[in-house]
Amino acid sequence: MAGQDCLAANDWICGEYVRSRSQELTDATLQHLWITGVSVGMGLLVAFPLALIARRWRPAAGPVLGFTTILYTIPSLAMYSLLLPVFGVSASVVVTGLVLYSLTILVRNIVAGLESVPEDVREAARGMGYGPLRLLFGVELPLALPAVMAGLRIATVSAVSLTTVGAIVGYGGLGNLIYEGMNSLFKAQVLTASAICVAMAVAADVLLLGVQRLLTPWTRAGRRKAVA
Amino acid sequence: MGAVSGAFAWLTTGAHWAGGDGVWHRLGEHVYLTAVCLAITCAIALPVAVVLGHLGRGGALAINVSNAGRAVPTFAVLVLLVLSPLGRYGQWPTIIALVLFAIPPVLTNAYVGMREVDRNVVESARGMGMTGRQVLVRVELPLAFPLIMTGIRTAAVQVVATATLAALPGGGGLGRVITAGFNRYDTPQVVAGALLVAALALLVEAFFAVLQRFADPSRHRRRNRNALGNQRILGIPKRWVTQ
Repeated sequence: MAGQDCLAANDWICGEYVRSRSQELTDATLQHLWITGVSVGMGLLVAFPLALIARRWRPAAGPVLGFTTILYTIPSLAMYSLLLPVFGVSASVVVTGLVLYSLTILVRNIVAGLESVPEDVREAARGMGYGPLRLLFGVELPLALPAVMAGLRIATVSAVSLTTVGAIVGYGGLGNLIYEGMNSLFKAQVLTASAICVAMAVAADVLLLGVQRLLTPWTRAGRRKAVA
Repeated sequence: MGAVSGAFAWLTTGAHWAGGDGVWHRLGEHVYLTAVCLAITCAIALPVAVVLGHLGRGGALAINVSNAGRAVPTFAVLVLLVLSPLGRYGQWPTIIALVLFAIPPVLTNAYVGMREVDRNVVESARGMGMTGRQVLVRVELPLAFPLIMTGIRTAAVQVVATATLAALPGGGGLGRVITAGFNRYDTPQVVAGALLVAALALLVEAFFAVLQRFADPSRHRRRNRNALGNQRILGIPKRWVTQ
């Protein structure tokens, strides 16, 4: 069979590989998806209060942003290795590392988004009787959304890519297949897993862009009016 | 805390620092690789970005190259290059991968820096009779300097990180201390290696931060500027905010 030949010849592109290992590929993709998803979700949950603290309490802004920047400077392999004694060999190592990385981008973008809300708008909302909570969720957050979503997209795309390094502890999703393929010099496996990984990053980016468009219909309405 | 004391014990053992697998040798490899790749990156990306920025062309390319760089996993590219025919040429697959991932931050930041130079200032320089080359060298480059340096600094940290990953497919550098620790199930060594790598990354970041501060051609004037004030204090690079 022609299909078997490409496995034996160790070709880069091999349909037979995709067919015979589809289960393995699906499992790795699903692991990749949940590790990335959980990490970015938790990152958002932690980043939001941190950003609010940094904004409300000025003296905290410097340390919060400085600390998250230091975290971002640490290379991924070192980050996972440092978390190893804390969690042992488990998915928590990778998830925690990715949460810490996403904090840098998310906190900065949430702060920047909230800062970009014009003071007049805040004043107007207060004049209409908005309390602090309603002001935040009803006015400030929606207006900060473009910056927040830009951060979320960068954090997600980076997380998809950094998950692969989790292969060092066996929880790298598609990275596991790349790692295995590297050790056995299995070209088709490395290329296929890498390609799925890039496709996943692009798909996540496009998906989040779509979500942003849905959540901020006023930005497009304004633009259309400006053109007309 | 056992892991920390274990790592400390590992780091204070003189034997771990000497020899071909020792820390000094691996550190030397790491620094050498970083310096070489950063030099190649600047030689490729800076002229392209500066010329494109000066002419005001190719903005989409300069910005998108950064987004593409983020979506492609470094680890995958390293392994792909090592498995490719290039893999036979020793360090070259690693160097190519490092340069590939260092180009986007340098290119994008330098381009944005050139484009963000106040157009009125450029017009005034032209009006004073400066030629294109004079505008570039005396006006645009000095004003774009902070962002150009930010790009180089980001790239340097990126190269340190990628050079660490190069240890996975068998390259040199401090990452080897970590991978060797993993292979031996020696957690103290893994943590010790990670501490060394993290320290190196932070040192490189600090080095370039200091360089950026003291080499800035208009550092005396910049201090009182207000336009960027807010973003400066928070240290938010524009490329993260605007998209």
